[in-house]
Amino acid sequence: MRGESEEEVGKSNLPVESELELGLGLSLGGSAWRERGRILTAKDFPCVGSKRAADSSSSSHQGASPPRSSQVVGWPPIGLHRMNSLVNKAARAEEEEGKKKVDELKDVTMKVNGKVEGLGFVKVNMDGDGIGRKVDIRAHSSYENLAQTLEEMFFGMKGTTSMEKAKPLRLLDGSSDFVLTYEDKEGDWMLVGDVPWRMFITSVKRLRIMGTAEANGLAPRHQKQKERQRNNNPV
Amino acid sequence: MGLPLPSKVLEHILSFIDSNEDRNSVSLVCKSWFDTERRTRKRVFVGNCYSVSPVTVSRRFPKMRSLTLKGKPHFADYNLVPDGWGGYAWPWIEVLAKKNPLLEEIRLKRMVITDECLEMIAASFKEFKALVLVSCEGFTTDGIAAIAATCRNLEVLELRECIVEDLGGDWLSYFPESLTSLVSLDFSCLDSEVKLSDLERLVSRSPNLKSLKLNRAVTLEGLESLLRRAPQLTDLGTGSFSAEFEPEMFSKLSKAFAECKQLKSLSGLWDVIPEYLPALYSVCPGLTSLNLSYATVRMPDLVGILRRCWKLQKLWVMDLIEDKGLQTVAMRCKDLRELRVFPSEPDLDDVSVALTEEGLVTVSRSCRKLESILYFCVQFTNAALVTISRYRPNIKCFRLCVIEPFAPDHITREPLDEGFRAIVEGCKDLRRLSVSGLLTDKAFEYIGKHAKKVRMLSIAFAGDSDLMLHHLLSGCEGLKKLEIRDCPFGDSALLEHAAKLETMRSLWMSSCFVSFGACKVLSQKLPKLNVEVIDEMYPPESRPENSPVERIYIYRTLAGPRLDMPEFVWTIHKNPEVGVSNLAIK
Repeated sequence: MRGESEEEVGKSNLPVESELELGLGLSLGGSAWRERGRILTAKDFPCVGSKRAADSSSSSHQGASPPRSSQVVGWPPIGLHRMNSLVNKAARAEEEEGKKKVDELKDVTMKVNGKVEGLGFVKVNMDGDGIGRKVDIRAHSSYENLAQTLEEMFFGMKGTTSMEKAKPLRLLDGSSDFVLTYEDKEGDWMLVGDVPWRMFITSVKRLRIMGTAEANGLAPRHQKQKERQRNNNPV
Repeated sequence: MGLPLPSKVLEHILSFIDSNEDRNSVSLVCKSWFDTERRTRKRVFVGNCYSVSPVTVSRRFPKMRSLTLKGKPHFADYNLVPDGWGGYAWPWIEVLAKKNPLLEEIRLKRMVITDECLEMIAASFKEFKALVLVSCEGFTTDGIAAIAATCRNLEVLELRECIVEDLGGDWLSYFPESLTSLVSLDFSCLDSEVKLSDLERLVSRSPNLKSLKLNRAVTLEGLESLLRRAPQLTDLGTGSFSAEFEPEMFSKLSKAFAECKQLKSLSGLWDVIPEYLPALYSVCPGLTSLNLSYATVRMPDLVGILRRCWKLQKLWVMDLIEDKGLQTVAMRCKDLRELRVFPSEPDLDDVSVALTEEGLVTVSRSCRKLESILYFCVQFTNAALVTISRYRPNIKCFRLCVIEPFAPDHITREPLDEGFRAIVEGCKDLRRLSVSGLLTDKAFEYIGKHAKKVRMLSIAFAGDSDLMLHHLLSGCEGLKKLEIRDCPFGDSALLEHAAKLETMRSLWMSSCFVSFGACKVLSQKLPKLNVEVIDEMYPPESRPENSPVERIYIYRTLAGPRLDMPEFVWTIHKNPEVGVSNLAIK
C-alpha cells in the first residue's frame, strides 16, 4: 500500500516544487529536518500478523524498539482524568499482588507534577528522534531502573532485531555518546543522577536524552548551587 | 417595502428565540434588527476566547446574564498543548466585573482561572447563580471556598474534570447556613475528603437540589446518608464503593436508592464491585443516562444492570462490556441515542477484552435512534463500517479510535478508506467525525467530497501526502474545526487553500511537515487570522525557515494578535527580541 501511494504522488497535479520525498526521514532541505527526526509511520507500530511488520528494513533507528501506543504522547486520546484512573487502577492491582508499594502515589500528586501526562508520566525526547515518548517515573524505583527502561525504549537493548547491536548506553555514567538530562520545577536543565531518587521524582518535569557535546554546558545541581553561592559572596 | 417593524414588537418576538445560531442570523438582517437583538441577548457563547475581545462582547450585549467561553484547543485534552499557552479567564472577568455586574452565570471550558479570578467573581456579581468549569485549571480549593462563602444565591457549582490544587476539604464548609438555593453541585474531580456532616446539612437545607456528584472520597455510608436526605435527586454521581461487601450496607443502600424515584442519571461508581450492583436495580428502569466508564466491572456482572435499563438514552462504559454486553444493550436499550466505549487499558500489549467491531455493529443494527458514537477498539473492518452506515444513516457524531495507529482492516489488511467512505456517504447529517486506522489519501478524497455537514474533523496518523489536506480543504463545505496530528503533509496544500481557513473557527496541526517559512507566508496571506506557531524546540530567534514546526494553531479573530503569548508561541506580530508581552496575567 505504501509503495502504491508513493507512485501516486508522482501523478498528482500539485506543483513541482511541492513534491515530497516520501518515506522515512523526510527531507525538506537541509540537515535541520534530520535533526528533528521524523513522524511516526506504519513501520513504527507492529501490527500483529500484518505483512507490513515483515518489512522492517529501513528503520532509521536501528534496533529501536517501536513505541507502544501508550508511549506516544497524547495517545490513545483519552483525557487526563481518565488516564490517571487507569494508571492508578493498574498500580492498585499491583499493590494487591504485593508487587510494589503504592504509598508513593500520594507524594507526587497533580499539583507538583502538573505538567505530567497522568500521575508520574513525564515526556521524554531524544535528540535526533522526533518521536516524543512518555515514561511513568513512579513505576521505577531507582535511576538504574529508569535508565534501563529508557535504553530499551530508544535503543532497543531488549530483543533488538537489527543485525548490529547498539553499544550499551550507560546513560548515567557519562561513558557513552548520550547523556540523560531533566527539566526541574524551576525550569532548569540538570544532569540526571545527582540528587536522591525521591527528590528527583518530585521535581522532574520532563526528560531529554542529549548528545554529550551539547550537554557540556550543564552542571549538576550541587555545582550550580556552589556557583550561586560564589556569586553571592564575592571574595 | 413595508413599514419597519417597531422595535418593541421585534423585542417581543425575539424573546422566544433562544438559540444563538438563530440570533446570529437575526442580527445580520439589518442594522435595526442587529441593535434590537444585541440589546436583548441574555446568553452569550464565545467558542474561542481569543476570537474577540472582552470589551467588544461586553459592549455589544449589555443585558448579558450568562457567558460561555472556550479557551484551549481540543487537543489540549490529550496533553498536546504545552502549559502556559494561554486561555486565561482574568481579562474577561476583569471587564465583566466592571461593565456587566448583573451577570449570573459563567461557563468556562479549557481555560486557566486563578483563585483571584474566582474571588473577583464572588465579589463582583451580586446575583451570581451558576459557575461551571469544565477541564479548567489554575485554581485551588481556596478559590472554590470564596465562591461558596460569598454567592448568596448560588444555584450551580460544577467542577468537571478540572485540575485543582487541592488544599483540603474545608471549602465545602464555607457554604453558609443561609444558603438554601443549591440546585446542582459537582465536585467529583476533587481529591480531598469533605466533612460529611457539613455535606449532609447542606443537602438537607437544599430542597431544590437536583444534581449531586460526589468525589471519590465520599464513602458508601456517606452516600447512603445523603441519598436519604435527597430522594428528589434526578442526577447522581456516587463516591467510591468500598472494596468489601457488607450485607447490611447493601440493604441500606438498596433501600436508599429505592426511594430515589426521580433519578434519571447515574455516574461515578468508582471501584464498584459486582456484589453491590443489585443495589442499583431499583433505579435502572428510570435511568436515561448511565456512566459506567469508571466502573471496572467485567462481564457477565454488567448484564444485570444493562438489561434493566430499558429507557437508557446515553451509555458511557469501558470496553469491559465486551461484544456480549453490547448484545444485551442492543436487545434492551431501544431508546439509545449515545454510546461511548472507553479503553480499560491504555497499553495495547495488555489489552485482554473481547471487544471488537461486532459490538458496535450489533448496537447500530438494533438501536434505531443511535446517533452519537465514540468507540475505542483494538481493531476494525471496512465491512463493519459499511454495515453501520447502512443501518444508521441518522448518525450525527461518529468518533472511532482504533487504538493502534495505522491498523488496517484486520481481515482484509486493506486500509479503512472504503469503510469511512460508506460512513460519510451514508450518514448525510454527520456533524462530527474522528477517523483512525490505516488511511490513505483516498479516504480524504471521500471525506472532502461527501462530508458536507461535518463541522468538526479529527485526524491522527493518517494519509500519505499533501493530497490528503488538499482534499479536505477543497471540500468539506461545513468544516469549522479541523485538528490533525502526525500526518505527512507539508506546505503546499495549506498555502494553496489558505482562504478556506477564513471560513473556519480554527485549525490545529501538530507533528506534521509544515515549515516555519510557510507559516510566515500564511500569516501574511491571512491578516484576519492569528497564525500561531507553538514550538518548544527552538528559541524564536534561531528557528530555521525550512524546518517543520512542532504545532500550528490558526484561528480567525476580530481581536488581533493576543498580548499574552508565552515564549514558545510565535505569531508574525511578535517581535522575537521582546519576548513575552507584559500583560498582567492574574
